[in-house]
Amino acid sequence: MSDYLTCREMIDFLMDYVNGELDAATRHEFDRHLKVCPPCVDFLQNYRQTVDLVRASGREPDAPDREKLPEELVQAILRAQKRTHD
Amino acid sequence: MTRQDDRSTDPAAGETAAEEQALLERLRRGEEGAFEELVRSHGPRLLTVIRRILPQEEDARDALQDALLSVSRAVGGFAGESRLSTWLHRIAVNAALMRLRTQRRQEPPIASLLPRFQENGHMAEPAGRWEPPPEAALERSETHRFVRESISELPDSYRIVLTLRDIEEWDTRETAEFLGIEPNAVKVRLHRARQALRTILDKRFRA
Repeated sequence: MSDYLTCREMIDFLMDYVNGELDAATRHEFDRHLKVCPPCVDFLQNYRQTVDLVRASGREPDAPDREKLPEELVQAILRAQKRTHD
Repeated sequence: MTRQDDRSTDPAAGETAAEEQALLERLRRGEEGAFEELVRSHGPRLLTVIRRILPQEEDARDALQDALLSVSRAVGGFAGESRLSTWLHRIAVNAALMRLRTQRRQEPPIASLLPRFQENGHMAEPAGRWEPPPEAALERSETHRFVRESISELPDSYRIVLTLRDIEEWDTRETAEFLGIEPNAVKVRLHRARQALRTILDKRFRA
Protein backbone atom coordinates (compact mmCIF):
# COMPACT_ATOMS: atom_id res chain seq x y z
CA MET A 1 0.00 0.00 0.00
CA SER A 2 1.49 3.33 -1.04
CA ASP A 3 1.83 6.27 1.32
CA TYR A 4 -1.38 7.36 3.02
CA LEU A 5 -4.84 6.24 1.99
CA THR A 6 -6.89 9.02 0.42
CA CYS A 7 -10.16 10.17 2.01
CA ARG A 8 -12.00 8.49 -0.86
CA GLU A 9 -10.32 5.17 -0.07
CA MET A 10 -10.99 5.69 3.64
CA ILE A 11 -14.69 6.03 3.02
CA ASP A 12 -14.71 2.97 0.77
CA PHE A 13 -13.19 0.96 3.63
CA LEU A 14 -15.26 2.57 6.38
CA MET A 15 -17.93 -0.08 6.87
CA ASP A 16 -15.37 -2.88 7.02
CA TYR A 17 -13.37 -0.80 9.52
CA VAL A 18 -16.43 -0.25 11.72
CA ASN A 19 -17.26 -3.96 11.49
CA GLY A 20 -13.69 -4.93 12.39
CA GLU A 21 -13.33 -6.73 9.06
CA LEU A 22 -10.25 -4.98 7.67
CA ASP A 23 -7.04 -6.93 7.34
CA ALA A 24 -4.28 -5.79 9.70
CA ALA A 25 -2.27 -3.91 7.06
CA THR A 26 -5.24 -1.91 5.77
CA ARG A 27 -6.41 -1.20 9.29
CA HIS A 28 -2.97 0.14 10.11
CA GLU A 29 -3.14 2.47 7.08
CA PHE A 30 -6.65 3.49 8.07
CA ASP A 31 -5.55 4.41 11.60
CA ARG A 32 -2.52 6.27 10.21
CA HIS A 33 -4.81 8.39 8.01
CA LEU A 34 -7.13 9.15 10.94
CA LYS A 35 -4.21 10.60 12.90
CA VAL A 36 -3.67 13.31 10.29
CA CYS A 37 -7.17 13.90 8.87
CA PRO A 38 -9.77 15.54 11.17
CA PRO A 39 -12.53 15.49 8.47
CA CYS A 40 -12.22 11.68 8.23
CA VAL A 41 -12.33 11.43 12.03
CA ASP A 42 -15.54 13.47 11.98
CA PHE A 43 -16.95 11.44 9.08
CA LEU A 44 -16.23 8.19 10.92
CA GLN A 45 -17.92 9.52 14.04
CA ASN A 46 -20.92 10.79 12.04
CA TYR A 47 -21.20 7.39 10.35
CA ARG A 48 -21.24 5.55 13.68
CA GLN A 49 -23.77 8.03 15.07
CA THR A 50 -25.95 7.54 11.99
CA VAL A 51 -26.06 3.77 12.56
CA ASP A 52 -26.88 4.30 16.26
CA LEU A 53 -29.67 6.72 15.37
CA VAL A 54 -31.18 4.31 12.83
CA ARG A 55 -31.13 1.45 15.33
CA ALA A 56 -32.65 3.63 18.04
CA SER A 57 -35.38 4.86 15.69
CA GLY A 58 -36.28 1.22 15.08
CA ARG A 59 -36.84 0.68 18.78
CA GLU A 60 -39.33 3.52 18.63
CA PRO A 61 -40.42 4.09 22.21
CA ASP A 62 -42.56 6.87 20.84
CA ALA A 63 -43.87 4.97 17.84
CA PRO A 64 -47.59 5.09 17.26
CA ASP A 65 -47.90 1.32 17.61
CA ARG A 66 -49.93 1.70 20.77
CA GLU A 67 -52.58 3.55 18.83
CA LYS A 68 -55.68 1.75 17.73
CA LEU A 69 -56.09 0.92 14.07
CA PRO A 70 -58.68 3.07 12.32
CA GLU A 71 -62.02 1.30 12.67
CA GLU A 72 -62.65 1.29 8.91
CA LEU A 73 -59.37 -0.55 8.41
CA VAL A 74 -60.25 -3.14 11.05
CA GLN A 75 -63.63 -3.70 9.42
CA ALA A 76 -62.09 -3.97 5.93
CA ILE A 77 -59.66 -6.63 7.16
CA LEU A 78 -62.42 -8.55 8.94
CA ARG A 79 -64.60 -8.46 5.80
CA ALA A 80 -61.70 -9.67 3.64
CA GLN A 81 -60.95 -12.48 6.07
CA LYS A 82 -64.60 -13.53 6.09
CA ARG A 83 -64.64 -13.63 2.27
CA THR A 84 -61.60 -15.91 2.21
CA HIS A 85 -63.29 -18.27 4.66
CA ASP A 86 -66.71 -18.35 2.97
CA MET B 1 -33.77 -11.83 14.53
CA THR B 2 -32.39 -10.57 17.82
CA ARG B 3 -34.49 -7.46 17.77
CA GLN B 4 -37.82 -9.24 17.55
CA ASP B 5 -36.77 -11.77 20.18
CA ASP B 6 -35.81 -8.94 22.52
CA ARG B 7 -39.16 -7.33 21.97
CA SER B 8 -41.02 -10.55 22.47
CA THR B 9 -39.51 -11.06 25.91
CA ASP B 10 -40.18 -7.49 27.00
CA PRO B 11 -43.37 -7.54 29.05
CA ALA B 12 -43.87 -3.84 28.34
CA ALA B 13 -43.84 -4.54 24.61
CA GLY B 14 -47.30 -6.04 24.62
CA GLU B 15 -49.01 -9.23 25.55
CA THR B 16 -47.31 -11.74 27.77
CA ALA B 17 -46.16 -15.06 26.33
CA ALA B 18 -49.08 -16.79 28.04
CA GLU B 19 -51.60 -14.35 26.52
CA GLU B 20 -50.07 -14.82 23.11
CA GLN B 21 -50.20 -18.59 23.46
CA ALA B 22 -53.85 -18.42 24.47
CA LEU B 23 -54.69 -16.25 21.47
CA LEU B 24 -52.75 -18.60 19.19
CA GLU B 25 -54.76 -21.57 20.38
CA ARG B 26 -58.05 -19.71 19.86
CA LEU B 27 -56.92 -18.78 16.34
CA ARG B 28 -56.03 -22.39 15.57
CA ARG B 29 -59.45 -23.52 16.73
CA GLY B 30 -61.04 -20.85 14.53
CA GLU B 31 -62.80 -19.46 17.57
CA GLU B 32 -65.25 -16.65 17.02
CA GLY B 33 -63.67 -13.27 17.69
CA ALA B 34 -60.08 -14.54 17.85
CA PHE B 35 -59.08 -13.08 14.49
CA GLU B 36 -60.64 -9.74 15.40
CA GLU B 37 -58.69 -9.73 18.66
CA LEU B 38 -55.51 -10.44 16.71
CA VAL B 39 -56.22 -7.54 14.35
CA ARG B 40 -56.95 -5.12 17.17
CA SER B 41 -54.16 -6.14 19.53
CA HIS B 42 -51.29 -6.79 17.08
CA GLY B 43 -52.39 -4.67 14.09
CA PRO B 44 -51.04 -1.32 15.32
CA ARG B 45 -47.55 -2.68 15.96
CA LEU B 46 -47.49 -4.51 12.63
CA LEU B 47 -48.60 -1.35 10.82
CA THR B 48 -45.65 0.49 12.38
CA VAL B 49 -43.26 -2.19 11.13
CA ILE B 50 -44.79 -2.09 7.64
CA ARG B 51 -44.64 1.71 7.41
CA ARG B 52 -40.83 1.55 7.60
CA ILE B 53 -40.87 -0.31 4.29
CA LEU B 54 -43.96 1.29 2.74
CA PRO B 55 -44.13 4.94 3.85
CA GLN B 56 -47.30 5.62 1.85
CA GLU B 57 -50.18 5.02 4.24
CA GLU B 58 -52.48 3.40 1.68
CA ASP B 59 -49.80 0.91 0.66
CA ALA B 60 -49.00 0.18 4.29
CA ARG B 61 -52.64 -0.54 5.09
CA ASP B 62 -52.95 -2.82 2.07
CA ALA B 63 -49.84 -4.72 3.17
CA LEU B 64 -51.22 -5.02 6.70
CA GLN B 65 -54.34 -6.63 5.25
CA ASP B 66 -52.18 -8.97 3.14
CA ALA B 67 -50.18 -9.92 6.24
CA LEU B 68 -53.17 -10.59 8.47
CA LEU B 69 -54.91 -12.65 5.80
CA SER B 70 -51.71 -14.69 5.41
CA VAL B 71 -51.74 -15.25 9.14
CA SER B 72 -55.36 -16.34 9.02
CA ARG B 73 -54.56 -18.87 6.30
CA ALA B 74 -51.31 -20.16 7.82
CA VAL B 75 -51.97 -20.17 11.54
CA GLY B 76 -53.15 -23.79 11.48
CA GLY B 77 -49.70 -24.84 10.28
CA PHE B 78 -47.73 -22.59 12.61
CA ALA B 79 -45.82 -24.96 14.84
CA GLY B 80 -45.19 -22.36 17.53
CA GLU B 81 -41.40 -22.57 17.26
CA SER B 82 -41.31 -18.83 18.03
CA ARG B 83 -43.66 -16.53 19.85
CA LEU B 84 -46.76 -15.42 17.99
CA SER B 85 -45.56 -11.78 17.97
CA THR B 86 -42.22 -12.79 16.42
CA TRP B 87 -43.96 -14.83 13.72
CA LEU B 88 -46.38 -11.98 12.98
CA HIS B 89 -43.51 -9.50 12.72
CA ARG B 90 -41.79 -11.61 10.09
CA ILE B 91 -44.99 -12.07 8.10
CA ALA B 92 -45.60 -8.30 8.18
CA VAL B 93 -42.10 -7.57 6.84
CA ASN B 94 -42.56 -10.15 4.08
CA ALA B 95 -45.97 -8.76 3.11
CA ALA B 96 -44.54 -5.24 2.91
CA LEU B 97 -41.61 -6.39 0.79
CA MET B 98 -43.86 -8.38 -1.53
CA ARG B 99 -46.08 -5.35 -2.10
CA LEU B 100 -43.04 -3.15 -2.67
CA ARG B 101 -41.82 -5.58 -5.31
CA THR B 102 -45.01 -5.15 -7.30
CA GLN B 103 -44.70 -1.39 -7.40
CA ARG B 104 -41.01 -0.93 -8.16
CA ARG B 105 -40.71 2.44 -9.79
CA GLN B 106 -37.93 4.57 -11.15
CA GLU B 107 -36.00 5.88 -8.19
CA PRO B 108 -33.81 8.95 -7.97
CA PRO B 109 -30.04 8.37 -8.06
CA ILE B 110 -28.31 8.36 -4.69
CA ALA B 111 -25.15 10.06 -5.96
CA SER B 112 -26.18 13.54 -4.83
CA LEU B 113 -26.30 12.30 -1.23
CA LEU B 114 -22.87 10.64 -1.26
CA PRO B 115 -19.65 12.44 -0.34
CA ARG B 116 -17.82 14.11 -3.20
CA PHE B 117 -14.07 14.17 -3.63
CA GLN B 118 -11.44 16.34 -5.22
CA GLU B 119 -9.12 14.87 -7.82
CA ASN B 120 -6.49 14.23 -5.15
CA GLY B 121 -8.98 12.09 -3.21
CA HIS B 122 -9.68 14.59 -0.42
CA MET B 123 -13.27 15.37 0.55
CA ALA B 124 -14.74 18.22 -1.47
CA GLU B 125 -16.85 19.22 1.55
CA PRO B 126 -15.05 18.11 4.69
CA ALA B 127 -17.22 16.47 7.33
CA GLY B 128 -17.60 18.22 10.67
CA ARG B 129 -18.45 17.27 14.21
CA TRP B 130 -22.10 16.91 15.20
CA GLU B 131 -23.11 19.04 18.18
CA PRO B 132 -24.69 18.39 20.48
CA PRO B 133 -23.91 14.71 20.02
CA PRO B 134 -27.11 13.07 18.77
CA GLU B 135 -26.69 10.44 21.50
CA ALA B 136 -27.97 13.09 23.88
CA ALA B 137 -31.20 13.25 21.92
CA LEU B 138 -31.36 9.55 21.12
CA GLU B 139 -34.31 8.78 23.32
CA ARG B 140 -36.27 11.86 22.33
CA SER B 141 -39.30 11.19 20.17
CA GLU B 142 -38.56 14.25 18.05
CA THR B 143 -35.16 12.76 17.13
CA HIS B 144 -36.72 9.41 16.27
CA ARG B 145 -39.30 11.07 14.10
CA PHE B 146 -36.68 13.13 12.30
CA VAL B 147 -34.52 10.05 11.68
CA ARG B 148 -37.49 8.06 10.38
CA GLU B 149 -38.47 10.90 8.05
CA SER B 150 -34.87 11.14 6.86
CA ILE B 151 -34.75 7.40 6.16
CA SER B 152 -37.91 7.74 4.07
CA GLU B 153 -36.06 10.23 1.83
CA LEU B 154 -33.63 7.53 0.66
CA PRO B 155 -34.24 5.82 -2.68
CA ASP B 156 -36.26 2.62 -2.15
CA SER B 157 -33.54 0.09 -2.92
CA TYR B 158 -31.22 1.71 -0.33
CA ARG B 159 -33.93 2.38 2.24
CA ILE B 160 -35.01 -1.25 2.19
CA VAL B 161 -31.50 -2.61 2.70
CA LEU B 162 -30.91 -0.14 5.55
CA THR B 163 -34.22 -1.11 7.15
CA LEU B 164 -33.64 -4.85 6.87
CA ARG B 165 -30.02 -4.76 8.03
CA ASP B 166 -29.94 -2.01 10.66
CA ILE B 167 -33.51 -2.07 12.02
CA GLU B 168 -34.83 -5.57 11.37
CA GLU B 169 -31.34 -6.98 11.94
CA TRP B 170 -31.49 -9.47 9.10
CA ASP B 171 -28.05 -10.69 8.15
CA THR B 172 -26.42 -9.99 4.80
CA ARG B 173 -27.16 -13.44 3.42
CA GLU B 174 -30.89 -13.51 4.14
CA THR B 175 -31.28 -9.92 2.93
CA ALA B 176 -29.54 -10.85 -0.32
CA GLU B 177 -31.65 -13.96 -0.78
CA PHE B 178 -34.90 -12.16 -0.18
CA LEU B 179 -34.04 -9.27 -2.51
CA GLY B 180 -32.54 -11.56 -5.14
CA ILE B 181 -29.20 -9.75 -5.22
CA GLU B 182 -25.63 -10.72 -4.39
CA PRO B 183 -24.43 -10.42 -0.76
CA ASN B 184 -21.80 -7.95 -1.89
CA ALA B 185 -24.52 -5.75 -3.42
CA VAL B 186 -26.25 -5.72 -0.03
CA LYS B 187 -23.04 -4.52 1.60
CA VAL B 188 -22.52 -1.82 -1.02
CA ARG B 189 -26.11 -0.59 -0.73
CA LEU B 190 -25.98 -0.58 3.06
CA HIS B 191 -22.77 1.43 3.09
CA ARG B 192 -24.15 3.93 0.57
CA ALA B 193 -27.47 4.17 2.42
CA ARG B 194 -25.68 5.02 5.66
CA GLN B 195 -23.50 7.60 3.94
CA ALA B 196 -26.54 9.17 2.25
CA LEU B 197 -28.44 9.27 5.51
CA ARG B 198 -25.41 10.84 7.17
CA THR B 199 -25.60 13.62 4.59
CA ILE B 200 -29.27 14.23 5.36
CA LEU B 201 -28.72 14.14 9.14
CA ASP B 202 -25.69 16.41 8.81
CA LYS B 203 -27.97 19.33 7.99
CA ARG B 204 -29.50 19.00 11.43
CA PHE B 205 -26.64 17.90 13.62
CA ARG B 206 -23.66 19.77 12.19
CA ALA B 207 -22.09 22.01 14.85
